[in-house]
Amino acid sequence: MAVLSYIEAVNQAIREEMERDPRVFVLGEDVGRKGGVFKATQGLYERFGGERVIDTPLAESAIAGVGIGAAMYGMRPIAEMQFADFILPAVNQILSEAARIRYRSNNDWNCPIVIRAPYGGGIHGALYHSQSVEAIFANQPGLKIVMPSTPYDVKGLLKAAIRDEDPVLFFEHKKAYRLIKGEVPEGDYVLPIGKADIKREGEDITVITYGLCVHYALKAAEKLEEEGISVHLLDLRTVYPLDQEAIISAAAKTGKVLLVTEDNKEGSVMSEVSAVIAENCLFDLDAPIRRLAAPDVPAMPFAPTMENYFMISPEKIEQAMKDLAEF
Amino acid sequence: MNKSRHEKLGLSDKQVLDMYETMLLARKLDERMWLLNRAGKIPFVISCQGHEAAQIGAAYALDKERDYILPYYRDMGVVLVFGMTPEELMLSAYAKADDPNSGGRQMPGHFGQRKNRIVTGSSPVSTQIPHAAGIALGAKLEGKNSVAFVTLGDGSTNQGDFHEGANFAAVHKLPVIIMVENNKYAISTPAEKQFACKNLSDRAVGYGMWGVTVDGTDPLAVYEAVRQAAMRARDGEGPSLVETVLHRITAHSSDDDDRSYRTRDEIEQARAMDPIASFRKYLFENGVLDERKDQEITDRVMKTVNNATEYAEKAPYAKPEDALKHVYYE
Repeated sequence: MAVLSYIEAVNQAIREEMERDPRVFVLGEDVGRKGGVFKATQGLYERFGGERVIDTPLAESAIAGVGIGAAMYGMRPIAEMQFADFILPAVNQILSEAARIRYRSNNDWNCPIVIRAPYGGGIHGALYHSQSVEAIFANQPGLKIVMPSTPYDVKGLLKAAIRDEDPVLFFEHKKAYRLIKGEVPEGDYVLPIGKADIKREGEDITVITYGLCVHYALKAAEKLEEEGISVHLLDLRTVYPLDQEAIISAAAKTGKVLLVTEDNKEGSVMSEVSAVIAENCLFDLDAPIRRLAAPDVPAMPFAPTMENYFMISPEKIEQAMKDLAEF
Repeated sequence: MNKSRHEKLGLSDKQVLDMYETMLLARKLDERMWLLNRAGKIPFVISCQGHEAAQIGAAYALDKERDYILPYYRDMGVVLVFGMTPEELMLSAYAKADDPNSGGRQMPGHFGQRKNRIVTGSSPVSTQIPHAAGIALGAKLEGKNSVAFVTLGDGSTNQGDFHEGANFAAVHKLPVIIMVENNKYAISTPAEKQFACKNLSDRAVGYGMWGVTVDGTDPLAVYEAVRQAAMRARDGEGPSLVETVLHRITAHSSDDDDRSYRTRDEIEQARAMDPIASFRKYLFENGVLDERKDQEITDRVMKTVNNATEYAEKAPYAKPEDALKHVYYE
């Protein structure tokens, strides 16, 4: 099996879907000739031409809104937001329009759009190139939000998102783009949206997370194994709607749960995961639910000292795991 | 003998009579909805009154078999031409289960009907302009010669989505027609507090598209402008901005009282420029309509309105738990 980087898996999934289905096209800022600022769409312009790999004006609400119109028409647009931070001008289009089109038309219209955006920090991106924005969208029925951690998951879930009949936000961790590599099958496959995945079986404590933090948690878990602490790790993969069954079962398995997100703690996706566990697992828990998250400051600072302070790291997760195991 | 204006435009007597009848139908349905609202039978009305000429003139210039329309909340006239029936409009007013727009989920005036290519709309204004560009882009990618016709009020031209959608359509030379129904009020806020340009169509220059301002109380003038825009769109010349200037005869909606911001005189003046009265006059003057025919048309329209009202009133509501349906593909 080929070993691909996270971003190569993004590129391969889009390329294969564009080969498979002429309705699939890409639109966004600098996605054409340049191949995207991160090179996620590299080579697609040359392969499919400017009609299907569209460099748009610099206007995020139009990127989302035009994509939504094309999706309602029957196309399969993949809209790229250059950074998740810049999705905010498009929020009205995503929430008032994409998320509600099926419901408000009583199933007469639908909106099969994928909106991709690189999120996350640790790349010297400061306040406006580092944010996690999923919590803004993670209480909007009608939307799906996928945040994969591995190249294998990226390819299978992005293909599933493109084929989905409803709007999907696909958030890719930009630090993972080149840092994370993994085996990816060359052929076609899809993974189910809405299903979490156990990335490591364990007995003593449960860690639930998503995105880049999955890799940090795996690293921490390996170290703790040497100390005799066995970690069960659930990767949410889809942060909305949540895979409640998998969350409940992972939490109940060890009775000690650590929830990790790079987002600010208050009102994060993990706040909802915590509520699901609290509602369903009271008698299975042996310790209070713990959340490891970014501090409640507006966003990630630029200076390396403050950036590191803000970011989740394997060391921070290891410490939180130890504290929980010892509870 | 000199040709009449409609003949010069290639419209037959039968076609202009159809236009007149549809204008009257929109007006009478709207008036009935106000009565039903005041009688406590329906919760809300947002009116097309005063806009009928622009709506029906424009819709007649489009191709009902292949064009897409993205109407805003006043566009009862546009959707009637594109195939939504009076019964269906009344089902929407009553929020009944068979309302094709939304199954009773949305307020009236939030049109949508896939089979007639009436694209579903929401309440935040101007979001439909980028959608029109997207529809046109999809049609262009598939090599279909469809036009996306999108409307909005004058106040909505201030929204960012108006600018973003117009600019995108122009850059990609998409077959889009943006029609502003300028009734000079955004609820209570008058035009001079909304924009500083003389005509809203002046903005077309800034987008590199064709623009024109026409008398929105004259269905033939609007027909001519939209027909030209549609021809340009089909010829690959890109989008157009058509501004129709007209008068809102009613308050903004059934929840508004315009006496607090418009003088009685002004309202009377608006009523005096009723597009239905002036089109009737034109048809009489050109020998297309007479008292007897006019009475026949009015009788037919009233019968249709009565039947639609009765039908919708008797129709069932959605079941309470239907509120749970159609969040995602099932």
